[in-house]
Amino acid sequence: MSFIKHLKTAALAVTLAASGLQLAHADANEQFFPLQSYRVGPYAAGGTGFFGGFIDYLNLVNTRDGGVGGVKLTWEEGETQYEVERGVEVYERLKQRPGIATWNPLSVGIAYALIDRVTADKVPLLTINHGRTDTTDGRVFKYIFPLLLNPYSETSGIVNYIAGKEGGADKLKGKKIVVLYHGSPYGKETIPIYELLAKKYGFTLQQIEVPHPGNEQQSQWLAIRRAKPDYVVLRGWGVMNPVALKTAQKTGFPVDHIVGNVWSNSEEDVIPAGDAAKGYVAITTVAAGAQYPVLQEITKTVYGAGKGNLQDPKRIGSVYHNLGVLNGILNVEAIRIAQARFGKRTLTGDEVRWGLENLKIDEARAAALGAKGLFHSINVTWDNHEGDGRVAFQQWDGSKWNVVSDWIAPDWKLLRPIIEKSSLAYAKEKNLKVRKSIDD
Amino acid sequence: MDAGDLSFFAEVLIGGLLSGVMYSLVAIGFVLIYKTSGVLNFAQGAQLLFAALTFVSLVERGVPFAFALALTFALMVLLGLTIERAVLRPLVNQPPITLFMATLGLSYVIEGVAQLVWGTQVHALELGIADEPLQFLGIMVSTFDLFAAVTAGVMVALLSAFFRYTRVGLAFRAVADDTYAAIAVGLRLPRIWATVWAAAGVIALVAGLLWGARLGVQFSLSLVVLKALPVLVLGGFDSILGAIVGGLVIGALEKLAEVYIGPFVGGGIESWFAYVAALAFLLIRPSGLFGQKLVERA
Amino acid sequence: MRTLSLPPWTWPLAVLVIAFGVVPFIASGYVFDALLIPFLALSLAAVGLNLLTGYAGQLSLGTAAFMAVGAFAAYNFNLRVEGLPLLASIGLAGLAATAVGLVFGLPSLRLRGFYLAVSTLAAQFFVQWALTKFGWFSNDSASGVIDAPALEVAGIVFDTPVGRYIFSLSIVTVLTLLAWRLVRTQAGHHFIAVRDNELAARVIGVPVLRTKLLAFAVSSFIVGVAGVLWGFVYLRTVEPAGFNLDRSFQILFIVIIGGLATIRGAFFGAALIVVFPLLLSRAGSFLFGGRFDSGVLDMSQRIVLGALIIFFLAVEPRGLAALWDRARRRFSPA
Repeated sequence: MSFIKHLKTAALAVTLAASGLQLAHADANEQFFPLQSYRVGPYAAGGTGFFGGFIDYLNLVNTRDGGVGGVKLTWEEGETQYEVERGVEVYERLKQRPGIATWNPLSVGIAYALIDRVTADKVPLLTINHGRTDTTDGRVFKYIFPLLLNPYSETSGIVNYIAGKEGGADKLKGKKIVVLYHGSPYGKETIPIYELLAKKYGFTLQQIEVPHPGNEQQSQWLAIRRAKPDYVVLRGWGVMNPVALKTAQKTGFPVDHIVGNVWSNSEEDVIPAGDAAKGYVAITTVAAGAQYPVLQEITKTVYGAGKGNLQDPKRIGSVYHNLGVLNGILNVEAIRIAQARFGKRTLTGDEVRWGLENLKIDEARAAALGAKGLFHSINVTWDNHEGDGRVAFQQWDGSKWNVVSDWIAPDWKLLRPIIEKSSLAYAKEKNLKVRKSIDD
Repeated sequence: MDAGDLSFFAEVLIGGLLSGVMYSLVAIGFVLIYKTSGVLNFAQGAQLLFAALTFVSLVERGVPFAFALALTFALMVLLGLTIERAVLRPLVNQPPITLFMATLGLSYVIEGVAQLVWGTQVHALELGIADEPLQFLGIMVSTFDLFAAVTAGVMVALLSAFFRYTRVGLAFRAVADDTYAAIAVGLRLPRIWATVWAAAGVIALVAGLLWGARLGVQFSLSLVVLKALPVLVLGGFDSILGAIVGGLVIGALEKLAEVYIGPFVGGGIESWFAYVAALAFLLIRPSGLFGQKLVERA
Repeated sequence: MRTLSLPPWTWPLAVLVIAFGVVPFIASGYVFDALLIPFLALSLAAVGLNLLTGYAGQLSLGTAAFMAVGAFAAYNFNLRVEGLPLLASIGLAGLAATAVGLVFGLPSLRLRGFYLAVSTLAAQFFVQWALTKFGWFSNDSASGVIDAPALEVAGIVFDTPVGRYIFSLSIVTVLTLLAWRLVRTQAGHHFIAVRDNELAARVIGVPVLRTKLLAFAVSSFIVGVAGVLWGFVYLRTVEPAGFNLDRSFQILFIVIIGGLATIRGAFFGAALIVVFPLLLSRAGSFLFGGRFDSGVLDMSQRIVLGALIIFFLAVEPRGLAALWDRARRRFSPA
């Protein structure tokens, strides 16, 4: 081959090298949010909602308050299509930027791939409403925050709700519950906890798997019909959710006895099912609706100025959008708390971590932030990265979600020992030290 | 086995057969194209998605049902013609694997265009059929699935009549039978291929509407194509009858296996059972139930 | 006039020199971790698939499943056998992939063409299901996602971007060399004979059965090791969802675009698949910036990639390798 090829290879190498160089403009008054967002692919609807809400809140803080303590919030998106390796690529590309506050990928797979990386790079990773359950234990997982709800708490919350509907935990004895779960690690994560709770409360349990992606659920729902449970818990994802609701209707199971989990609780999950979804109930940590003060402000200030992130303003107030807004609230509040200690300037990842570990928002503070009723409260400590979030249940009436329960507390005391067992095993396997205080 | 068990078995079986009809719908589109041009059109799923998305988006923008249907119909025909002209004709003498890869690239393009134009949101598709379960002799059957089965039946009947009694249909069969002979008697190949692709587009429309009503219209709709492949394997790539029988068999076997065998291995075997079943069957009959040619080229 | 003709190994040697000797010093961490390492892993997988599909003519759509087998097997060998060196785990993982490959390759004795392809899809779905279903494979971790172990060979720990790059590069170089040699032996010629005309090959005495199985075996071994690289070195986690049908198609794209039945084609194709989407999205955000969200950019990218694939197949069906050869011939002396 010729000299030209030499040249081409060298040119390619140089280009590659150059493209990796980051022009780091360090602005002392900016806090940066790298966003591994997904706006395309099978989960695009959820992604556009969540990241839209997050960006909307950041815009609100910038516009209304001039940033946090004078520090402007900036962000950049990298499309991941919900794929792990693209999430990793975006991480590697953006991690050199100065002033990164937190990572918020909203994807279990991507979060897992990042755990080691963020710990080495000392920047917090937030997995709101989901994540690896044992990351709740902040003694082992210093930089990972499954804020508000981890999968185990969600399970307990659902069982408590069903108990409430039946008239008390003692009434659960003898009832039958089927858990219909997505055939993936996410779906299977709560299997042992349902079994534990079944033993504790005395209800019969059957757990049925739906193979990914869940286009076909005929056999599963016929089996359910045969089993005649009192409730079906839907632990779905993506297309599995509307198909479940439609198939339930097809096989004659009453939809108001289906309780959805936190990834089966959005408009995108029920709209494709049309009428079959009316009456369906799902768990949530953040209420739907655009009437909350903070959302009104966003509508007025951000969308009014044409800076709204959602293409369709009708989606303001949808579950994913509100989740994104809430994620924004939690992030910004953590930064504010950290700034009170470290100063009103660009914070390092570790400083933001400190802020997160002191993130306390009680009902009064939530109201002050314009979020009264949007969520209940959060109380993160250095060893409890979940923050004891409470859950409520919403029912779909064909056009919107209506809250039909109070804020219910999961059974944290029951779950904590199990979580600690798992996190300590992880620490042992990876030779990690177990922290003894917030400054460790 | 008591009556309850028997009626449960019947429900699973019938449900499976009806699901199978839905698979056949998709498979028929493949068969049509494969029969006449030897191309395994992986983009059928993307065309399905495009049709469903277009229709639903038009309806949501206030276009009346029938008019939206007609408009989508026209668009699918246009799409089919464009594909034939822009993609297949330049590749006309390539080996089948190349053509298959081209349809894979094509599916990327169609999916991209569909979502670029209409957005990535999920939509509900209402065809006006309430999915209340019907009861026959204590066995529950889904109304919607019955409707789909009837539609598929009508479509197959129309296609069969088309192939047997119209000139264009005869031309299709001639081309499928022996391309060179067809050219020798003066049949215009490009025109026939264009018509075939347009027809496949229309089949994608029907399948897209039915599947969209079943699952909701969103990106994963294009994945139904993965269910059609074992059907094709079983029934033969070039036989419409095979697509139907194959669909029924696969649908029934799959559901029965999931319910009766699944629990022994923890469930979820539907994801691969159809493929393994088709594979096992093939080892006995390498060209499928009704397939004519042994596909030699790799 | 005497024309200077360089020995055929000049080029590969030059590339290796640059790869080992120059790149480690000029590339940044991002380039290693996000570009070069996935490039190497995918290239290796493509080399493996090319042996099976390009040279031996057996179409396989289940490549990702064999990658998954490799990754999970390596993890389990490393975890459960005390004191087993990492390289031995990787080797055994390759053998595990070979075993699975042989099982799903047996139908090739009766099936051809698309029917065989569909049976490889059976492998794809079954393996993904089995790895998710049976917790043993992922050491019963509640989430089914496993963390890769540290990369340590003979006391040297490869935990920097450069280190991981060198680790992958070495493995890829060794296996590519072996593949390259295989293609030039009689077994390699048998591959091509079986691909071109199986009946004729049988007539002239090529052991068709053994040849096909050998192709599946060697290909699966290489693909299995590529899976280990992908999971251990690049992502550093392993989950079954990452080895799905899209991945299988991706590797097949690489093989076809790069050039069937060429070793260097695997690298050209992988370079295109890895680098191009990133360049395109950077160009897109540079040109259009915030006016379009990442969704629009990404859809456009999907369209362009699909169109490129069609374009390549129409213009140069023998792939980038053939394009390269043409360009080379135009510029070379005499």
